[in-house]
Amino acid sequence: MTNIPESSELTEEEKGTVGLGNPPVLADPSETVLSGRGLIKTFGRVVGLDGVDIDLFPGEVLSVIGDNGAGKSTLIKALTGALMPDYGQVYLDGNEVHFKTPQDARGSGIETVYQTLAVAPALDISANMFLGRERRRSGPLGSVLRMLDKKGMKEAAGTSMANLGIATVQNMGQAVETLSGGQRQAVAVARAATFASKFVVLDEPTAALGVKETGQVLNLIQQIKEKGLPVILISHNMPNVFEVSDRIHIARLGGCAGVITPKSHTPTEAVAIMTGATTLQKG
Amino acid sequence: MTTTVEPQAPHTAAEQFAIREQSPLQRIQHILHSHPSISPLLVLVISVIAFTIINPRFIQPATIGIILQQVSVIAALAIGQTLVILTAGIDLSVGAIAILSSLLMANLAAKNGVPGPLALLIGVAAGLLAGAINGALVTRLRLPPFIVTLGTLSIFTAIALLYSGGQQVGRRQLAPSLLWAGTPIFIGPLRITTGVIIVALMAVVVAFILSQSSWGRHVYAVGDDAEASRLVGIRVDRVLFSVYALAGLIYGITGWVQIGRSGTASPNAIVDANLDSITAVVIGGTSLFGGRGSIVGTILGALIVGVFRIGLSLAGVDDQWRLFATGVLVILAVSIDQWIRKVKA
Repeated sequence: MTNIPESSELTEEEKGTVGLGNPPVLADPSETVLSGRGLIKTFGRVVGLDGVDIDLFPGEVLSVIGDNGAGKSTLIKALTGALMPDYGQVYLDGNEVHFKTPQDARGSGIETVYQTLAVAPALDISANMFLGRERRRSGPLGSVLRMLDKKGMKEAAGTSMANLGIATVQNMGQAVETLSGGQRQAVAVARAATFASKFVVLDEPTAALGVKETGQVLNLIQQIKEKGLPVILISHNMPNVFEVSDRIHIARLGGCAGVITPKSHTPTEAVAIMTGATTLQKG
Repeated sequence: MTTTVEPQAPHTAAEQFAIREQSPLQRIQHILHSHPSISPLLVLVISVIAFTIINPRFIQPATIGIILQQVSVIAALAIGQTLVILTAGIDLSVGAIAILSSLLMANLAAKNGVPGPLALLIGVAAGLLAGAINGALVTRLRLPPFIVTLGTLSIFTAIALLYSGGQQVGRRQLAPSLLWAGTPIFIGPLRITTGVIIVALMAVVVAFILSQSSWGRHVYAVGDDAEASRLVGIRVDRVLFSVYALAGLIYGITGWVQIGRSGTASPNAIVDANLDSITAVVIGGTSLFGGRGSIVGTILGALIVGVFRIGLSLAGVDDQWRLFATGVLVILAVSIDQWIRKVKA
């Protein structure tokens, strides 16, 4: 799946420094959806995050790439409450936030899709879409008998799936285990897109998927962006990243090696920066 | 920015394979997958017909009444067992908790002069507490449910024996409220007891909660995939704890039903309850791997065992063959479950 050439394949010209990256001047957190400033996270003597800054602007797809152990996952976990940073600030819509658990982040409108296909296979699509957030029926049936609004949830699930252009799945009462891997991931992405009000994090959403199914998930990312929700995509797959991203945050050795765009740099250059074969000129 | 467009080519070989005509067997597999209670229902209907052909006395109201009364205690325990098995757990302490509850309420009333209804309440509350202890051990110490309940099976049995001195409490010593579950009720020519009604009500209430509430949905989700449930924000430990506690409450009430059924509170009652309750759950189509099954299936499973017991004895067959038949049914039921799980889209 991954398309990372060995650094030895780089030509002499590609080594050394390449074009200008993002200006080192950081955005004012009031202009961003999410900002991390000076984030530090250590695990004993291992440095997970070494003072990382990150910005997510409204309506953009920001990819986070990096080699294994570069700090991508630690960064995302520190931003979404799965880990508490040792030091540094996280701003959501310009206000400083302190997420202690993933539930805190979810309560603030941040939804995460995990690579492990986090759906319950024996439950149907609508049950999975509303899992942990079930709707009750109106009136005494809901308030006294606490009955679920199964019909309403099925309809809402169908609408969300249709809005994201997922037409291959029609029956919301179908058990998720009867779906393909791509369709299951589509259910998880649709769930995130439906309930997120600030932004969606996709952690290696295509790692377990085939080529065609990956295409479906990339389509979904575009659909979420068109709805106006920003997306953070963590991925190893350079063609995917360059296809859907507006900006690319390159994590390296616990820090940030730079922020590039698909227009300013090529995938080969991105890999070179990621692996340290070349460094990004600063401003 | 390019958007990936799905090629609108004619069907590939794999797609044509996917929309192929299904064989009748595959269709049956699909139907069973979406309606898992059908197979125990078929077994029940077929066995009732078969036993009636062998001996027409089988279908008489008197026989049916006896089956319902015999089945009631195991069916009640199996309701709690279903909850636990749905979460991919197992409860070996079912019988021990029911006996502990029944001996506690009987002895409190007979020897300590506690009023019957209060003794009943304390006995049922002890069942709830015992279930909560199971739940706490499973969720706090993170021990496998098999080990926890194997341990508490011995512990609760020992407490029951120590407390009662191994003595049973006879009918004449028992308060009327404790014997109330044995009161006969006639529905037309059918003679059942209040205990049967109590068990039926418990089944309806638990089935309703499981299928209609978010808690019920979370029980299925936790048994199906605990990690996925945690990731969507379900408090898995809380769900597990509440399942074991509710199961304990059900066993406590069953202790009362058992007193009504046998007319005594005895430490030697329902010794086979653990395996019988698991048998009913499994024959009823609930998966031992969690996440799939229903109360309806469990009640059908308990009825099947009861029908075989009476049916075979009316057919003049040695009672050991009932044991044999039960074993065959269990293996058959689990094989069918494994086959249904392999269903494809």
